[in-house]
Amino acid sequence: MSLKSAAADARPSRAGAETPPGRRRRIRLGPLPWILPAVALIAVVVIWPVATMVETSFQRLGLDGYVRGSAGWSNYDNLFHESVFGHVLIWTVIWTVSVVALTMLISLGLAALFNQRFPGRRVARWALIAPWAASVLMTAIGFRWMLNQTSGVLNRVMVDLGLIHSPEDWLGKPSTAWPWMIFVAIFVSLPFTTYTLLAGLQTIPADVHEAAKIDGAGNFQAYLRITLPLLRPAFLVGLVINLINVFNSFPVIWGMTEGGPNYGTATTTVFMYGLKSTSIGESAAMSVVNFVLVVLMVLVFLKVSRWNAEED
Amino acid sequence: MAEVAVKPGPAPETNRAAAPRAPRRTPVRARTLVITVVAWVLAVLFLLPYLEMVVTALRPSGQLRDNTFLPTHFDWSAFTGVWKLDSPPLASNLEVTLIVAAVATVLVLLVALPAAYYTARHRYRGRRAFLLLVLVTQMFQPASLVVGLYREFSDFGLLDTIWVLILVNAAFNLAFAIWILTAYIGSIPVELEEAAQIDGTGRLGALFRVTLPLAMPGVVTAMIFTFISAWNEFIMGLTLTTTPSHQPLTVGIDSFIGAYGVAWNQLFAGSVIAIIPVIVLFAFIERRVVSGLTAGSVK
Repeated sequence: MSLKSAAADARPSRAGAETPPGRRRRIRLGPLPWILPAVALIAVVVIWPVATMVETSFQRLGLDGYVRGSAGWSNYDNLFHESVFGHVLIWTVIWTVSVVALTMLISLGLAALFNQRFPGRRVARWALIAPWAASVLMTAIGFRWMLNQTSGVLNRVMVDLGLIHSPEDWLGKPSTAWPWMIFVAIFVSLPFTTYTLLAGLQTIPADVHEAAKIDGAGNFQAYLRITLPLLRPAFLVGLVINLINVFNSFPVIWGMTEGGPNYGTATTTVFMYGLKSTSIGESAAMSVVNFVLVVLMVLVFLKVSRWNAEED
Repeated sequence: MAEVAVKPGPAPETNRAAAPRAPRRTPVRARTLVITVVAWVLAVLFLLPYLEMVVTALRPSGQLRDNTFLPTHFDWSAFTGVWKLDSPPLASNLEVTLIVAAVATVLVLLVALPAAYYTARHRYRGRRAFLLLVLVTQMFQPASLVVGLYREFSDFGLLDTIWVLILVNAAFNLAFAIWILTAYIGSIPVELEEAAQIDGTGRLGALFRVTLPLAMPGVVTAMIFTFISAWNEFIMGLTLTTTPSHQPLTVGIDSFIGAYGVAWNQLFAGSVIAIIPVIVLFAFIERRVVSGLTAGSVK
């Protein structure tokens, strides 16, 4: 890139200053030298694997990765007939919807709170960042430890508070593991979401809110009628990024239960990882299904955000 | 944070902790007091899991199974002992993570800066398509592509090397860097650059002496985001590397769990050491996080 720009620099007078900045000089080469490295990196590491994945899902492979021939649709067929498939799919939907919905709701409250002026706000906001900065895997393992039956501090606290009679093995069975996993997933999603909403709040001029209050709206009413609608772009961004992150979430589940026992707490992503050790083709089929769901979510987002832009 | 100066609003109450740094303008208001207490309690709650990790790391091995809140005394040996282990080889894992995060960050900058600069300054054919590609990339997670990535890099013969980790970490963080840099550079008036060119700096000179320095906050934010994300990355490390000493720190720490009789104090000593630099980095850009996210969402 630098070579080409230097060459252009050596003959600066060719196109002259009267053309607009967009087509100043070197129209022939255009944007290529500038954006090609980015496009190449994306093509090789993001687009190519999609193709490989689809191809793999129609192949018969040994566990060593050696291709034995075409499999037709049998990988998909086997996948859909896995006894836990339906369960995993339902749990994925419950997981995604509940984690994202609760995260958005709680973040709205947190953002409103941390947008207020109070002493030590900077330090408090900084503390809020911790779960975002720390590796999600390590946070998940931290909670696994705190929920440990014999020595977990959360068991101790709950016994002390009289919430439970004796320490429980929370992560040992899906029914008690689920609420805790959802809790941890929300915990690690809150900082990013709250910060996105805080960013949105800061784009709303303070006087809009003041004006509403002068017109007789209460604090809460002003928030509902003025702040929330203006917050929509930030809210949408937070919503979509959370949907995709939570849907694909691996470290929370892996760190706490590894998706077990018997895929009882696995989402499609964890299930796909597990399948990798029994059938690579089937695992690829699961990835493709997973991927299609993500694409659908992206398409919905693009549609919603365009509709949003037109309305503005 | 800009609104701080604008709002006449509630002044901090005059309690002992806040008094030294808060100017006393208006009397204590109940609302501010409630907000302060609630916000501080929440802030502490967010930190508690990490404090518990520190406490566990400092527990003497004999007291790991006690369900006391604090051990009888603190034992620092886990923090030194954890680096001497053979399995997992955390010292090598830390080295891998450091190299991967650093090189991926540099690579992202080298690739994202020219693309962002050109996209911010020019309306070219395919600009919309390029931005769409970037947006879509940002939405794909490595988790949804691991099987494809594994097969592809297996064909390239790059599995279990540091290169594959650098490449994937760079590629999956590229989108965010391009977004944020395009927004930042776009907000710098072209006139500044043109004025510099008239003054005889030449186009490249204007880029390096005017635009880049002004875009530094954006560059730093993009760098730190990329570094942190690569530092914390887990699933690609878990899938694409197999030799313990070639794996990143997150995978090394995870492998404590599989072992018989988990050495929780060592596990968390390693985690704490991994987390601290990131929290410091994040604190460093705290103020820019908000503006960075706005830039990303406004497009």
